[in-house]
Amino acid sequence: MPDVKKVLVRVRVNGEAREAEVEPRTLLVEFLREHLNLTGTHVGCDTTYCGACTVILNGRTVKSCTLFAPMADGGEITTVEGLSKDGKLHPIQEAFAECHGLQCGYCTPGLLLSTLQLLKKYSRPTDGQIRKGIAGNTCRCTGYQNIFKSIRMAAAEMEKR
Amino acid sequence: MYAAPFSYHRAASLQEAVKLLQELGEDARLIAGGQSLIPLMKMRMARPTALIDINFVSELGDIRTPKGELHIGALVRHADLEHSAAGATIPLLHDCAAGIADVQVRNQGTIGGSLAEADPSGDWGTALLALDTSVICFGPGGQRTVPLEDFIKDAYTTVLAHDEIVTALHVKLPLKGSGGAHLAFKRCAPVYPTASASVQVMIEDGNMCKDARIILGCVGLTAIRAKEAEAALRGKTLEEKNIRTAADAARAAADPQSDMRGSADYKRILVGTLVKRAIGIAARRARGESVEAGHEYAGR
Ligand SMILES: Cc1cc2nc3c(=O)[nH]c(=O)nc-3n(C[C@H](O)[C@H](O)[C@H](O)COP(=O)(O)OP(=O)(O)OC[C@H]3O[C@@H](n4cnc5c(N)ncnc54)[C@H](O)[C@@H]3O)c2cc1C
Ligand code: FES
Ligand code: FES
Repeated sequence: MPDVKKVLVRVRVNGEAREAEVEPRTLLVEFLREHLNLTGTHVGCDTTYCGACTVILNGRTVKSCTLFAPMADGGEITTVEGLSKDGKLHPIQEAFAECHGLQCGYCTPGLLLSTLQLLKKYSRPTDGQIRKGIAGNTCRCTGYQNIFKSIRMAAAEMEKR
Repeated sequence: MYAAPFSYHRAASLQEAVKLLQELGEDARLIAGGQSLIPLMKMRMARPTALIDINFVSELGDIRTPKGELHIGALVRHADLEHSAAGATIPLLHDCAAGIADVQVRNQGTIGGSLAEADPSGDWGTALLALDTSVICFGPGGQRTVPLEDFIKDAYTTVLAHDEIVTALHVKLPLKGSGGAHLAFKRCAPVYPTASASVQVMIEDGNMCKDARIILGCVGLTAIRAKEAEAALRGKTLEEKNIRTAADAARAAADPQSDMRGSADYKRILVGTLVKRAIGIAARRARGESVEAGHEYAGR
């Protein structure tokens, strides 16, 4: 049995300093959900496929089921809980609600963060850029049409502000 | 899913990483992006007892362009290359970087990890063979340079010693008048391709092929250099008939296995088609045309 000494993981999540001592094999998604009680980030496939676990780490989306928590030490993380401000939904969240960009909502936290990253890069993405930008996020309900509508609407809204 | 327990060690420098590999023994492994290793560990197909995290070694993340060369640090992420000036100068690199898996995996996976993993379906081992690439390795005895064609020995097997680390890749910039393309076909974004082909050609007088390099991916235990296909183009005009002969020779050179991605026959046909298309795109780029290409999949 190897020496599985716990390690201290310190991160900033949604602007707040958080830390916990965890076994090294703790996945980032479990760290967020079980240790920091941020259960907005979902576990879908648990095999790096579906993107339900997507969070933003140091400015880039990653699949948090495929990262050991100690690898994120010192990092800046945004989860779905960090999108709304002062009780007001983020324009991306508003657009998804408005355009029925979700049904069961399981994929939604990941899609919102992938959309945020996409819109940082392209303020008015083409359909091709949207397809490529969310190719790592599987939705089994919507058929994606309304997700595309949501993303286009969010882009237009965010450009106005 | 949880990986089997392991101890976690963070290397601050290359020297420290090598020392840790030696101290922790054969069951210790480096971890870079973790996009190959973590899935394997979660499925318990890999059970290292110690992980040495090299993500905090600062000198490994740079892309540099000393005269006539491109130096890519081992920790450069696929997404870094996708958005780099280097990708714009060498479109074949952009084709490859921008098509691997999806945004999230590209943000995390590294080029060094890809080559060290030597997955027969990995893209970099195929794409970089179409260019002149050397792998820079660092170990207890210092640094050594290994040509990429000698680096990958077999499926999932490289010449790296247990206590050696890939630190960078050195790619010779293609000469003026040359162009390349890396094409791959996969079922959807977050999976490895069913087949891939990398082609680099050098053109003279508009349509005469002075030199060609043709590499096949996913259709053998390692990437395959299709020398007869290259010979079918060298010194010939790039007309339909010669390109078809090259594609047929590439099909003959492929050694695919049937698996869940497709039958051996299907992959053999597919790889020839990719070669044919890649030659066309490489030639257009060699003539200075800007062409978009890369991984094809449903819904792209
Ligand atoms: C859903 C999914 C789809 C994918 N699709 C593709 C695809 O289409 N094409 C493709 O090419 N790849 C694909 N990949 C793999 C991806 O590109 C990985 O990032 C890459 O293969 C490994 O890089 P890494 O940095 O994540 O390595 P890790 O997983 O960290 O390491 C892999 C291996 O390399 C060793 N290693 C890592 N860095 C070094 C180093 N510097 N020196 C020596 N040894 C080292 C590790 O010890 C380990 O054994 C996919 C992965 C996933 C999860
Ligand atoms: S749960 Fe992480 S990709 Fe599906
Ligand atoms: S809304 Fe149900 S999976 Fe996307």
